Amino acid sequence: MNAWVKSLLAALAITVASALLPAVAQNNNFFPTKEAVQEEKLLNALKPGERISGRISIPDEKAANLIQPEGREWRLFHQEKLPVIAGVALLGMLLALTIFYLVRGRIRIDHGFSGKTITRFASLDRFTHWLTAGCFMVLALSGLNVSIGRMVILPLFGPETFAMLTGYGKLAHNYLAFPFMVGVVLMFVLWIRDNIPNALDLEWIKQGGGLFSKGKHPPAKRFNAGQKVVFWLVMGGGVVMSASGWFLLFPYMAENGVTSMQFWTTIHAVLAVIFIAAMLAHAYIGSVGMEGAFDAMGTGEVDLNWAKEHHSLWVAEEQAKAPKVAPAE
Amino acid sequence: MARVKFLCDADRCIECNACVTACKNEHEVPWGINRRRVVTINDGKPGERSVSMACMHCTDAPCAAVCPVSCFYTTADAVVLHSKDLCIGCGYCFYACPFGAPQYPKVGNFGSRGKMDKCTYCAGGPEDDFSTAEFEKYGRNRLAEGKLPLCAEMCSTKSLLAGDGDIIASIYKERVMKRGYGSGAWGWKTAYRETVAV
Repeated sequence: MNAWVKSLLAALAITVASALLPAVAQNNNFFPTKEAVQEEKLLNALKPGERISGRISIPDEKAANLIQPEGREWRLFHQEKLPVIAGVALLGMLLALTIFYLVRGRIRIDHGFSGKTITRFASLDRFTHWLTAGCFMVLALSGLNVSIGRMVILPLFGPETFAMLTGYGKLAHNYLAFPFMVGVVLMFVLWIRDNIPNALDLEWIKQGGGLFSKGKHPPAKRFNAGQKVVFWLVMGGGVVMSASGWFLLFPYMAENGVTSMQFWTTIHAVLAVIFIAAMLAHAYIGSVGMEGAFDAMGTGEVDLNWAKEHHSLWVAEEQAKAPKVAPAE
Repeated sequence: MARVKFLCDADRCIECNACVTACKNEHEVPWGINRRRVVTINDGKPGERSVSMACMHCTDAPCAAVCPVSCFYTTADAVVLHSKDLCIGCGYCFYACPFGAPQYPKVGNFGSRGKMDKCTYCAGGPEDDFSTAEFEKYGRNRLAEGKLPLCAEMCSTKSLLAGDGDIIASIYKERVMKRGYGSGAWGWKTAYRETVAV
């Protein structure tokens, strides 16, 4: 009897349950066809920098990205923002230097050439400078060419020649990146001890470095505040340019592929034009802009009067070290 | 001339990857490059969809806009092609492309990219039609033979459509109306700034 009641109850339970189940199921009903993923919803839900990705069965994980609308932003940056940034930075700097030259003229040695020289940069210093500067010039020109050459240079040469030149430019850019990095490291090691900012720099900056008034020469040691700014610009710029360039030299080294490469090209390009603008000013004051300045990186021997005017404390230090100044010859 | 497009009806795609394979074989695409691929969204979840994607031959193509050497051109059928003779393998088109279409064979040092390779809509390249040079660089020129892209032609479920944009849009629209659902014309909004309104 007991067993009969039990099986009856069980049968009842099953009947009730099966009657209830469809109702339960209907509440969570999902139509895999009608309620499938919608492209529009996915697109609208994307935040900047995100992509629509999925799973891919071919052995290439990178291909799992289906749509990356961020490419549009990169295009906007590259086509519209970068030429403006580059134009303002480079033409602006050239204009500023031209005005400076017209107003101030070439900065002369107030006391004229003394005929005596003092060693300012040894051969290792000069080698390091020109290694870095030489690489920098090629990197800058090939970089500018790949960014805006199409607008400026392509019409002059025609597509075939221009593409060939740009191709070699790319190779040069890839390879010369490495000696450039070596140069930056060498500079750091050679010149860091003379580039620590100190109280003297404040005074130099207060007097505008004597740049804007004739006959005025704030005291300076081996490097004045302006040169220290150049040093730190090269260090900072060199490190960030190298790091960002490294990600571009080795595509897919970065974790999230194209998004990170877009980021690094943006950093690389914006910093590059600022860097180039700064180096234009550096090259100007080291050559055309100041009498006697080029010798420092040319022969390494600068005129004693030039040294006394621009680096008075350094000359004093050097002369204290070696009482006899080597005669000019 | 017609404005040709691709349209992948994801509600029909069964992720068989035949389009991927057919493309690779037809054009003898180099190792490591897939001009077409199938991506599954929400894999393993209810409502997952697979989408076959390649170069969408965009209107106002981003790749062409950013190319430093101007190696891209658009044919009368609105197919976006490029010249491998001009390409320097800089990677810019890859940064700008919303669909990950441009790919580069790995050649030489570092991550040096070779000449970019992408879907040609089976339309070859700037070389003479059916020439050996054209085939070696870009693959078969089916369009010049009067045929449509192979991937779409051999799609077993007719998920992938290729041809006149208006015609394939109307086919897709008709399907959506009839069956009552559709996950969208994948990539159209991004590539052509328009979608198939149903």
